[in-house]
Amino acid sequence: MTTPVLDVKQLAVQIPVADGILHAVRDVTLTVARGETLCVVGESGCGKSLTSLAVMGLLPGSARRTAAHMRFAGEDLLDMTPRRLRDLRGNRMAMIFQEPMTSLNPAWTIGDQLTEPFLRHGKGNRREATDRAVFLLERVGIAAAGRRLVQYPHELSGGLRQRVMIAMALMCGPDLILADEPTTALDVTIQAEILHLLAELQREFGMGLLLVTHDLGIVARVAHRVAVMYAGEVVESGPTVTVFDEPRHPYTRGLIDCIPIPARSRPGVPLGTIPGLVPSLVGGIEGCAFRERCAFATEPCARPVPVTTGAEGHAWRCILPSAVPSLLENPA
Amino acid sequence: MSDITATPPPMKLRKKRGRILGNSGLILAATVLGLITLMAIFAPWIAPHDPYAQTLDDRLIPPAFIDAEMADPRYLLGTDNLGRDYLSRLIYGARISLLIGLLTMLVSGVIGTVLGVAAGYFGGRVDTVVSFLITTRLSLPVVMVALAVVAVAGGSLQVVVLVLGLLLWDRFAVVMRSATMQLRNLEYVAAAQAVGCSTPRILVGEILPNLIPALVVVASYEMAQAILLEAALSFLGLGVQPPLPSWGLMVAEAKEVMLFDPWVILLPGLAICILVLAINMLGDGIRDATAPEGRS
Amino acid sequence: MLRFTLRRLLLALVVGIAVSAIAFMLLRISGDLAISLAGEDASPAEVERIREQYGLNRPIVVQYAEWLWRAVQGDLGRSLFYPESVANLIMSRLPVTLTLAGLGLVIALLISLPLGIIAALKRNTWVDRGALGIAVIGQAMPNFWFGLLMIFFFGLALGWLPISGSDTWLHFVMPAITLGWFSAPVLMRLTRGGMVEVMTSDYIRTARAKGLPGRVVVLKHALRNAIIPVVALCSVQFGNMLSGSVIIETVFALQGIGYLAWEAISRRDFPVVQGILLLVALFYVILTLVADILNAWLDPRIRRG
Repeated sequence: MTTPVLDVKQLAVQIPVADGILHAVRDVTLTVARGETLCVVGESGCGKSLTSLAVMGLLPGSARRTAAHMRFAGEDLLDMTPRRLRDLRGNRMAMIFQEPMTSLNPAWTIGDQLTEPFLRHGKGNRREATDRAVFLLERVGIAAAGRRLVQYPHELSGGLRQRVMIAMALMCGPDLILADEPTTALDVTIQAEILHLLAELQREFGMGLLLVTHDLGIVARVAHRVAVMYAGEVVESGPTVTVFDEPRHPYTRGLIDCIPIPARSRPGVPLGTIPGLVPSLVGGIEGCAFRERCAFATEPCARPVPVTTGAEGHAWRCILPSAVPSLLENPA
Repeated sequence: MSDITATPPPMKLRKKRGRILGNSGLILAATVLGLITLMAIFAPWIAPHDPYAQTLDDRLIPPAFIDAEMADPRYLLGTDNLGRDYLSRLIYGARISLLIGLLTMLVSGVIGTVLGVAAGYFGGRVDTVVSFLITTRLSLPVVMVALAVVAVAGGSLQVVVLVLGLLLWDRFAVVMRSATMQLRNLEYVAAAQAVGCSTPRILVGEILPNLIPALVVVASYEMAQAILLEAALSFLGLGVQPPLPSWGLMVAEAKEVMLFDPWVILLPGLAICILVLAINMLGDGIRDATAPEGRS
Repeated sequence: MLRFTLRRLLLALVVGIAVSAIAFMLLRISGDLAISLAGEDASPAEVERIREQYGLNRPIVVQYAEWLWRAVQGDLGRSLFYPESVANLIMSRLPVTLTLAGLGLVIALLISLPLGIIAALKRNTWVDRGALGIAVIGQAMPNFWFGLLMIFFFGLALGWLPISGSDTWLHFVMPAITLGWFSAPVLMRLTRGGMVEVMTSDYIRTARAKGLPGRVVVLKHALRNAIIPVVALCSVQFGNMLSGSVIIETVFALQGIGYLAWEAISRRDFPVVQGILLLVALFYVILTLVADILNAWLDPRIRRG
């Protein structure tokens, strides 16, 4: 068993806010292997973006992160010196952000921003940097790459800018890419193209890909494995097919039920919903965070719920003895 | 017995009061300013001597904290080169600075507000003309023009106020113009127009009251500018004329004897500094209290 | 871009004419120029003679038209007290003032840029409050008083620097510092504000994610964007320094156009005064234009639409 590219155990992030301490991430355990795509899925505010920021060491100044361990290709990330962390960033682990429109510096050319990490991490000289930039721009589907190099970000559309961001992440040949909702801000047709591109690139370059999203459709399409997050915790994780076929946590089941399926959802039949609201994360939470909204909750759910593991690395945080049945009138 | 039926003040006002009272800089500034104003008003009763009385035997006596030996208890802050009591002159000087500051601020405020509100509300031609006026005014070197006019018209309080007032309205105009433009597009103005309110009524009733916070901030800034400019003009001999105890003039007089008694330049300059500082801090404080989201 | 520049140049011309007209009128209507020139004790006959001699008895518009016509040909008239033409007089003194203003601007930037950047990076710490405190105090001091204090400390008490004249570069140190100190607060606040806003941008996060060192992130990525309005303001500040040179040059006895203006005003040498006002006004207008051009040029979004 080779060393996973990313190995995180019991990651927690706390942010001081006006009324106390916000436990934005409470307990996240996940691994990403080389050549594998792990999707972290959950609704807004569940802490999935902060998880990837915590890995990269890009949390806001007042935030505190703790973990049992957090390793990148075997190297400890928690106690790493800032200098070493900067050496890794943009080099062996790279990040793609959600907003392509504002993630590029308007005052510098595309070419300059692409070659920057390459030169900074000593991968070669300026000539080689430019060559690689052109190669990658073409690889991500941007025609006339040479001309694009001297253009400024505002001269490119959102879809093009996101492709540039992907190329930028690949400049130094990273072992791990963290993509935080890379397609959310784009048109639906472009979304499909970008996802297809990411999957292709992964097959070709073999890096690990941690893809954060709120869209289960994306998970179904590209993820080898999935981690479902709720209220700062991973509530279920495992191979995508297994989790989708036999969800062991009611929240996962709720998410799956929520997906409208054009062929099957008929007029007059209510779409799936999950009643209730996400609990506040200020101050700790006792027991299962989902129990207020869960149709299957019982008294023991008020106490801390242990993680149960099953076959092929399928793990879940629920005491239900078997797969959660669908709550729809006419389940898929 | 408290009136239990009294309604509490609107939430916004209560919050504002809290912010005003909680801002220590604002309170300090207001206190200092208040003290200086009182000092100016009650000058004849506070000042130990006549600021114009020259006693040529008692020239250039230093204050106690400079040279305790040579000091004279009759003149707490010493005397100037004509034997006049410094403390009294400083106290009376506050009158000149405050008077000129206030009057100039009023003159320039009226001009600038009228122009700015007209430009912001009516737009179009009016705006073009006013913008041109502002650009032209901004291209005038204020100090030089003020000097030139005072030189020809003669230096006196009225002339200084008039000249400065006619020159310092640009900031009022710019700020009032942009503020009015923002307000004009708000719904309640459209509502007032729809109901058939006449233009003057809209201007006075809807727009003007909402301009007051910005107006106060600009007014404080311009008052400080006026005081500094008057001091500069008087320093150059082309402002208020001697023997009036303008602080700027006092610095000029002190400059003459700087080689031998350098301490003389300290006090009037410091007085100007403190007054301007207090006014600026007051303006900053009011701006913070009325627009809290803008501040970091 | 070109059309924009041309339009602004035209505006500059119109404003320049307007300013010169205002200056011209002001000198004549704020009082009787002839009486001012002749002096208070002069007899009515003398005053009349002066009026004749300088053509002050003609309608103002005629006087102005004549002066303007000559001015566009480069003839600004002759000084009433100096033997040279106004144009020569001004040109001979201009280098001193330009040097002074230039040095003043450099000093202002040397003070305000580092302070502004550090204050933005360490917001709400004592460094930030200290910098803002300096800014607040700097804006409250009368500049002539500050100049005098400097003369006293560095010139008289310590004897390090010369206190008057403009022979060596040392003569410019104190005046330049006085000028710069006065402009620094507003530049510092603008820098700080711009940096604070820019540092929260997404592209700064991207720069960090690329593993770039802090220095590069702040200077190359953040400052490059935050500085745009500051550069534009510098242009305007330069203009203010030209105007404020009147005070500084008289305090430090520097032979620039500010000093010349004060001399001319005191002596009612009105051709010189008109000439200087026209020149400074033109400078102002051109500097504002330069500010707009710099603004547009530094921001690629405007430059390349």
